[in-house]
Amino acid sequence: MKKHILNSFILLFPIFILAQTNLKGMIMDQENPKDNLGVSGATVNWLNTNIGTITNEKGWFTIPFKKEYKKLVISYIGYKTDTIIVRDLTPIHHFITIENELKGITIRSKRDAVQKSLFATANTFTVNNDELLKAACCNLAESFETNPSIDVSFSDALTGTRQIQMLGLKSPYLQIMQENIPSIRGAAQAFGLTFTPGTWVESIQITKGAGSVVNGFESISGQINAELVKPFSDNKFFLNTYSSLNGRLELNTHFNRRVSEKWQTGLYIHGNYRGEKFDKNDDNFLDAPLANQINVMNRWQYTDAQNGWVSFINIRFLNDEKQTGEINFNPTLDKGNTNSWGSEIDTKRFETSLKLGYVFPEIPYQSVGLQLAYSNHQQDSYFGLNVYDIKHESLYSNLLFNSIIGDTRSKFKTGINFTYDKYNELVNTTNYKRKENSLGVFFEYAFDNLEDFSLTAGVRVDTHNLLGTFITPRLHLRYAPWENGVFRASAGRGKRSANIFAENQQLFASSRKIDIDAVGGNIYGLNPEIAWNYGVSYLQKFNLFNKKGDITFDFYRTDFSNQVVVDWENPQAVSFYNLNGKSIANNFQLELNYELAKNLNLRTAFKYFDISTDYKTGKLQKPLQPNNRFFVNISYETATKDNGSQWKLDLTFNNIGEQRLPDTATNPPQYQLPINSERYSLLNSQITKVFSNKFEIYAGGENLTNVQQVNPILGSENPFGPNFDSTIVYSPIFGRAIYAGLRFKIK
Amino acid sequence: MKTVKKKKNAKVAFKVDGICGMCKKRIEIAALKTKGVKFAIWDVKTHQINLILDERKASLNTVKQNIANVGHDVENFIATDEAYNSVHPCCKYRDSEIDARPRAVLKKKKN
Repeated sequence: MKKHILNSFILLFPIFILAQTNLKGMIMDQENPKDNLGVSGATVNWLNTNIGTITNEKGWFTIPFKKEYKKLVISYIGYKTDTIIVRDLTPIHHFITIENELKGITIRSKRDAVQKSLFATANTFTVNNDELLKAACCNLAESFETNPSIDVSFSDALTGTRQIQMLGLKSPYLQIMQENIPSIRGAAQAFGLTFTPGTWVESIQITKGAGSVVNGFESISGQINAELVKPFSDNKFFLNTYSSLNGRLELNTHFNRRVSEKWQTGLYIHGNYRGEKFDKNDDNFLDAPLANQINVMNRWQYTDAQNGWVSFINIRFLNDEKQTGEINFNPTLDKGNTNSWGSEIDTKRFETSLKLGYVFPEIPYQSVGLQLAYSNHQQDSYFGLNVYDIKHESLYSNLLFNSIIGDTRSKFKTGINFTYDKYNELVNTTNYKRKENSLGVFFEYAFDNLEDFSLTAGVRVDTHNLLGTFITPRLHLRYAPWENGVFRASAGRGKRSANIFAENQQLFASSRKIDIDAVGGNIYGLNPEIAWNYGVSYLQKFNLFNKKGDITFDFYRTDFSNQVVVDWENPQAVSFYNLNGKSIANNFQLELNYELAKNLNLRTAFKYFDISTDYKTGKLQKPLQPNNRFFVNISYETATKDNGSQWKLDLTFNNIGEQRLPDTATNPPQYQLPINSERYSLLNSQITKVFSNKFEIYAGGENLTNVQQVNPILGSENPFGPNFDSTIVYSPIFGRAIYAGLRFKIK
Repeated sequence: MKTVKKKKNAKVAFKVDGICGMCKKRIEIAALKTKGVKFAIWDVKTHQINLILDERKASLNTVKQNIANVGHDVENFIATDEAYNSVHPCCKYRDSEIDARPRAVLKKKKN
């Protein structure tokens, strides 16, 4: 080894003598330094200048030098671009390392908080961390409040759980993934989004419409992927505390450290707690549940850039407990009897995953990836006298290969995946057990002529023990007829088994009886859900009065050829039956983004929904679905000072249209509701003071106009009576909520 | 005699004259459309093009000629005036008022 170093010096020696106003140096390959050969054809240039050169066949370069030049950028195809600081004319001997590009390349620059691409084939946009910080709090379910494409609603009057929907369809019809592994599904459907703390999320990618075939066949109206923070790029230490006047306390800490040259690890701990009882609307029921959650994740990241290997190993454990119901409910005394109505929902979840990626060092466009994930989710709960327990074990595996056909204008992904799900449910006294397994192969072809046209066409074939053998095709097209304008179209099919209890858990907190119209199907006697989704979208970016803006028109339609209809139209029952007729969700969205002045941004959207289903009693609009929504978000930030200090202000306004309420006409008059709810408006705001790159505090208010649903629980004075119902929720239950928090980080 | 084995994935780099993002697109597409070229990236700042090509199918000269054919000069492969005139006005790299940077190919002397 010494000999080689010596050799290098001898090679470089003449340069010492000649150097005057030229900087000289040599670039070598980290992976292959032994043969003493430099890297030929590497680009060397001064940062932010046009002064550049290429290394010669021995890897040497000579570049004009001036004192003003301080940063030298060295780049080479397939290798990491390095920037080195140059103080004098001492010759440079620099080693470059192979780039690993397992999962895209993160570009660091001043970027928009929400990025809409003109070039992606699918209608996809990325929500960055900056945007996530605008939301008040605290977990994935709440990260979408400043985003017009996703609608947030409340599932019931007791747990305060937020449900998200896209294109007018609730989250079971969305495929929600964590780092491209399907995550919030099955038993986790109802509360899963609240199990990912917001500070763990690095960015979110939202795809409207059919989506990709790579991650399975279940997605129908869209895909949401959450990228978590990575030990390699996250802060060494991060602390976030949050406290709300509605009694919620949260604590997040991240610790990241480098273990060896190739291994990095991160430990992420989240805890939240609400111990105070509130009943502001005097219905004798808690407005928000008593809750506590401990959520711990440990990640390991392995990077061997020289040989092209990247790996992630995750282990996570979650314990979540909620108690809700009447104010004076005491679980030890009142559980299982009619002294007082109460509910407890206890969830334990363990999950682990492994990702392994290999990029062929000589050919950066070719890679192999393996994903393995296991989760064990157990929820034990009761709602008054109703008992609901679910245990769901899930295994997911996916092996995929990326490469090109001919040249990089034609790319493909292909692979094979296997999934296994085991469900064990107890619904009062009935036990439901089911095992699902499926084996699938997929092929996705992407063509991009690098100009005005691109296409992604995917198909997969799956053999599933309960859903049969079936084909899932999905297609995305993009055409740019003129500058800064792009048309997109998509179509695709999705199929899934509906977990009727897990997805509609709110039914247990009512006196409705459960009615399943079994037809001999494989899942609760019902047949699987099948839907086609079609959509078109047009995006135009523009420059008006020297300020940037963009406008988007979207129209999407989901057409169910089979659906498990959840029928709430009889106030004494909830019925599940297979669709007989049509079920269609039409969704139109117009969105405008414009920079009103420097650092002052406007985002506004109008959405229109028409979602109708043929119920047994006839065609009806989907209940609790606003017919339209108007959204405005204004954000302002002052210019950043050298130490990073600045102010950030954010205001979000929502006007939510009329919603059809489930039929209550057969109830006694005092328990009858109007046919439609009234329009209402919501206002949220947040202000952040950044003191430095290390420390910031924030404060804000949710529901500033203090909108509250009158009488959210029907029959609350007699919760064991026949008219008790907490499922009809169309507006916030909790009034205005003021909160404050801080963030502290060490890079 | 020593036979040089033709590489399936050979890495090659050379300079191509051009200016902007539009040039980049034009140069890369010309390179990629050449049979055997699998990967092409041209750097706006340094004017360098990096290629991965199958040496059994593609010859470097063909790639260079194809790039010259769309109006961009490469060493020993000068774009014809006709090809050069076809590029967008903002891409006129031969005009020193638009681009004063050193070029891969020196200016032709006006006779």
